[in-house]
Amino acid sequence: MATVTYRQALRDTLRAEMLRDENVLLMGEEIGLFEGSYKITEGLLKEFGPRRVRDTPIAEEGFVGAAIGAAMLGLRPVVEIMTINFSLLALDQIVNHAAKIYGMFGGQASVPLVIRTPGGGGQQLGATHSQNVELFYAFIPGLKVVAPSTPAEASAMLKAAIRDDDPVLFLENLALYNTKGELPDAIDAVEPAEIGRAAVTRPGTDITIIGYSRMARVAAEVADTLAAEGISAEVVDLRSLRPLDRETIVASVRRTGCAVVAEDDWLTYGIGAEIAATVQEGAFDWLDAPVRRVAMAEVPLPYAKSLETAALPSAGSLLTAVRATLAATGRALEPAS
Amino acid sequence: MTIDSVRGAPGDPGPAEPELVQLLTPEGQRVEHPDYPLELGADEVRALYRDLVTVRRIDLEAVALTRQGELGIWASLLGQEAAQIGSGRALGEHDMVFPTYREHGVAWCRDVDPLNLLGLFRGVNHGGWDPAKYGFHLYTIVIGSQTLHATGYAMGIQRDGVLGTPSAGATIAYFGDGATSQGDVNESFVFASVFNAPIVFFCQNNQWAISEPLEKQTRIPLYRRAQGYGFPGVRVDGNDVFACLAVTRKALEAARTGQGPTFIEAYTYRMGAHTTTDDPTRYRLKAEEEAWKLKDPIERVKAYLVRGDLADSAFFEEVEADAKAMARELRAACLALPDPEPLSIFENVYAEPHPLMTEEQEQFAAYLASFEEASR
Ligand SMILES: Cc1ncc(C[n+]2csc(CCOP(=O)(O)OP(=O)(O)O)c2C)c(N)n1
Ligand SMILES: [Mg+2]
Repeated sequence: MATVTYRQALRDTLRAEMLRDENVLLMGEEIGLFEGSYKITEGLLKEFGPRRVRDTPIAEEGFVGAAIGAAMLGLRPVVEIMTINFSLLALDQIVNHAAKIYGMFGGQASVPLVIRTPGGGGQQLGATHSQNVELFYAFIPGLKVVAPSTPAEASAMLKAAIRDDDPVLFLENLALYNTKGELPDAIDAVEPAEIGRAAVTRPGTDITIIGYSRMARVAAEVADTLAAEGISAEVVDLRSLRPLDRETIVASVRRTGCAVVAEDDWLTYGIGAEIAATVQEGAFDWLDAPVRRVAMAEVPLPYAKSLETAALPSAGSLLTAVRATLAATGRALEPAS
Repeated sequence: MTIDSVRGAPGDPGPAEPELVQLLTPEGQRVEHPDYPLELGADEVRALYRDLVTVRRIDLEAVALTRQGELGIWASLLGQEAAQIGSGRALGEHDMVFPTYREHGVAWCRDVDPLNLLGLFRGVNHGGWDPAKYGFHLYTIVIGSQTLHATGYAMGIQRDGVLGTPSAGATIAYFGDGATSQGDVNESFVFASVFNAPIVFFCQNNQWAISEPLEKQTRIPLYRRAQGYGFPGVRVDGNDVFACLAVTRKALEAARTGQGPTFIEAYTYRMGAHTTTDDPTRYRLKAEEEAWKLKDPIERVKAYLVRGDLADSAFFEEVEADAKAMARELRAACLALPDPEPLSIFENVYAEPHPLMTEEQEQFAAYLASFEEASR
């Protein structure tokens, strides 16, 4: 095992997949010579040449649409969109075409496309560059959306996404790129993940905290804080937003009897709303308190550091919600000994 | 157009660069162009010189402030001063500018207080100037989208029926070479052409879109694209403030008198990094920068002034000293800008009252108050 960053895991996995299958090719802005805005494609142009690593014109709809076409002929394009915000320029291609071609043409042409793109606020990039709009894609039948939170998951899931015959939106997060985790020394030893499976990343008995991507890490942090107080929180990392692993969510809440959802998007109609509905449908009789959600303030993200911090969900706001939920259960909690 | 005039075509020896409209050579020699006569008095040239030096100095200060952690990011205009001052000084009071994030020189020409620009990148305001008052819209960061806004605004001017009258205005949309690949920009060309909208498309071709060279966006000189859309295109020496002034004046006047759009390609060079977070040594050669240094937009005006005996050393020293003093004041004012109030994040989300905002603001106020109580 080696300790690597999330960034390194992605980069090494892309490389391994390119070595494994010569139909895998990369397209996007600034991914070749510049090696990606966040350096995920470091060294790949040098190693694989422009036939496999394409710097495209500055046109998101253009390169996503072209990648869809290339995928229809059996290539496996992995497109990088600089941030998920710019995927909005390619929305028609993703939603109306990538997601629909297989179904509309009677299963005769699939679109094995991967769109890699980071979301995430907290980098002082302003309102148009800091959104988390993965929900738009998680809403669409025909698409898959994955959102790994650790280097190992990122690697396993990127392999799965590339080998998948359906279009997959692979959500990264700016705040995760430098986070570290374990990965086998030989990247080939990483087993592709099963897309659509959540994971209980930390078992507990008192409350379930459900998160994905950056918020899954924040949830783990909060669980540590709670453990020190004698509260046992279970953390469910969704890992996949579509398909959504309802079973794991429901099973966990049935065990703990209450839940808080930590999401990095806006509350109203957000991912957490779907999770809360899932819990209500599957674990209503087990619930000791209403499900709470922690999300961004419902405003365009401010640019000022202090304001941005205030608008984003954090360990602090999650902790507050967890305590409020536990209090609402009316359970007498054992004081920390 | 035949294939052999396509830049970069297989076997193409590389055609001569297309003609640039130039009125002032890099050596400071005045040259005439039949389509762009320009009469400038010594005062006017000195004023242009002062503008150029001032905006370069403001820009330098902003870069320094960013390096010192006082601004979040800054996109330097270094090398593009003439394109911005030349076009900016061609504007009339009824014209409307739609800028990118790099148009600090144009902002200067529109009398937008540079402190507002610093405040924007310091994160303490969201621009903070009234676009209508200054005829200068807010900075756009999503590449190319402002060209459509500019087109729609121009269609509005046209609808007002003022074209050809003294109160006619035009719009001018600024964008880069990279932006020309975006769908939005190409759609704005179509709309502007079909509706014959009073708009000038001012493309600063600074040769780079972050790390991507021009060749990634086009195989023909950009100005020639205009022909395909049905309006005139012209390439101007973007480092020549006289030529930029003359060419933009003519294009704006055509727009204001109902003759429709013009595409101007200001051929220039981004001398600095893309933004303060970028390091251009990773992707381009020093030699290229050195070659462009010889075409500096300020030096040539200085040479012209000296050569014609239109300014003495006292003038140059004074301009330098004024710019420096201004930068010093600007820095102090920037550091003194008050931090925004946390509750202000809910303030400008909707133009109308919105129940969710009120609710959230109250909740957030209570949340903040809980800390104060706890610390008491
Ligand atoms: C839609 C969109 N895609 C990508 C980006 C990231 N980006 C910021 S600046 C830039 C390059 C723009 O180049 P150009 O149009 O030549 O303008 P310049 O920066 O050279 O002035 C890119 C790709 C963005 N801001 N918006
Ligand atoms: Mg450019």
